[in-house]
Amino acid sequence: MTTRRDVLARAAALRRAFEDAGAQVVETPILQPAETLLDLYGEDIRARAYVTSDALRGEQMLRPDFTVPVVQMHTAEGAEPARYTYSGEVFRRQEQDPTRANEYLQVGFEVFDRENPAAADAEVFALLAHAVAPLNLRPATGDIGILMAAVRGLETTTARKAALLRHIWRPRRFRALLDRYAGRTAPSKQRLALLEGATPQSAGVLIGCRSQAEIDARVALLREDAQAPTISIAEVELLDALLNVRETLPYALQNLKDLSVDMPSIAQAVERLAQRADALSARGIAVEDLPFEASYGRTSMEYYDGFVFGFHSPDRADLPPIATGGRYDALTQRLGGGSAIPAVGGVLRPDLMALLETDA
Amino acid sequence: MTIKLGVPSKGRLMEKTIDWFGARGVTLSRTGSDREYAGAVEGVEGVSLVLLSAGEVPRELAAGRIHFGVTGTDLVQEKLPLWEQQVAPVQELGFGFADLVIAVPQAWVDVETLDDLDAVATAFRQAHGMRLRIATKYHRLVRECLRQAGVADYALVDSQGATEGTVANETAEAIADITSSGETLRANHLKILEDGPLLRSQATLWRSRIAAATDEERQLCAGFVDAVTR
Repeated sequence: MTTRRDVLARAAALRRAFEDAGAQVVETPILQPAETLLDLYGEDIRARAYVTSDALRGEQMLRPDFTVPVVQMHTAEGAEPARYTYSGEVFRRQEQDPTRANEYLQVGFEVFDRENPAAADAEVFALLAHAVAPLNLRPATGDIGILMAAVRGLETTTARKAALLRHIWRPRRFRALLDRYAGRTAPSKQRLALLEGATPQSAGVLIGCRSQAEIDARVALLREDAQAPTISIAEVELLDALLNVRETLPYALQNLKDLSVDMPSIAQAVERLAQRADALSARGIAVEDLPFEASYGRTSMEYYDGFVFGFHSPDRADLPPIATGGRYDALTQRLGGGSAIPAVGGVLRPDLMALLETDA
Repeated sequence: MTIKLGVPSKGRLMEKTIDWFGARGVTLSRTGSDREYAGAVEGVEGVSLVLLSAGEVPRELAAGRIHFGVTGTDLVQEKLPLWEQQVAPVQELGFGFADLVIAVPQAWVDVETLDDLDAVATAFRQAHGMRLRIATKYHRLVRECLRQAGVADYALVDSQGATEGTVANETAEAIADITSSGETLRANHLKILEDGPLLRSQATLWRSRIAAATDEERQLCAGFVDAVTR
């Protein structure tokens, strides 16, 4: 049985190790303005974060993670390069699984560094790997950047690429869009009529804030899109092959290099993966055994846009990952008012670490 | 010792429920005046009647304060997380049909499906600087369905009544509501998306998985289920 005191002591020790690795300790408020988080994550966050409010400040959320406030703090006052560590409670609503904690400690390490992304990725991964080393966890790694590069390189319209990129983290919608752009799903009769220029019969009175001009603009876009050539089956197959890459890192790298012969758009991202593998190796990580999964992180780690990783318990598959992290360059751009700061970080769950140790 | 049956306390749902039980030889009646929310059950042994609002039935079942209850699938799924673990359907009653649907203005000729709604939501956010608002009282159900369908860039706004009017009043761009015929929607210049309803609901007799601990209670429950389902 682990007590809260054990978990707090462990969290303090983990944070100290991150301090020793050169990080500055930061504290962030527990109450966060809801608007920022809603803008970033959309309505889904309401299912995961506790919302409260007062008449003065409006809606506030109990912080669901540290990343957003740490990025905001860095953008406002940080010098570069910077390394931060923190330890504190995060709060997550649980509407499905009563066994999952709704309040738990996270200890994190974040690096803001423009110079050498591969080295920063490796630094964060190696530090977290070291912290969880006694627990014999199964590491998982991936790279959302490769997938994004593949989508950007598709031979199709900018609008289609933007729609696919927007839904990289929603595999079902991504697939539906891809099927449509590849001509695998036929438009409905009604849609065909609209595309062919027929004015729909019972359009009705226009009500609400969305204007006729907006409707007309989208109809024009739909007609334009209908004229665009379909994405070729060959391209869809390449994308599928990429999504299915699941190997140890050296083999995955070879696979991806082979794929990049037909998909030159991913070459640069694959090169970054190769540099990361070298950097990990230089940090003493056994990359020849390190699993790599091209679709890892697609469903759960929405703001990561490059390297992603997690550490899972092989004996307790019911537990959430014990450690997770990744690169989130685009997030810093969105929160930083347009100026991006390359950033990578990861968090540990001291409560789960303590639990696994008592289990053993 | 009696077990408790929770039944909606007013309106057509109450009348139809009384008829349904009546057709199975179980008579539900209010004791005392029409205003009193307690009642008698005849035709089956050891059951007492509790009259409550249909919206409270899920909570009472989950708390184990009633053993059986009549309410809609929509209310059970909206109000109870992991509802399968707390209640079990005994019988669908064949009335109170209602679908949870998403409706948008009829004039949106470019919107037929959730796919379109998602695309419009992105464009709307760019044009208006706010997320596309969907008015509803079924927050959990709608959010979960839209998450599964991969719809983003929307915001749910709470509407506890007259939801169909929110679009014309410009407090929402679309609505998610229960409808039985779609008549009210059409009258308010709205149309239902063609993906089909997010949920199909009807009045259902539920058994609480939480209530009933003693052997005697269990026996009474079994007797009740026998009486109304044979």
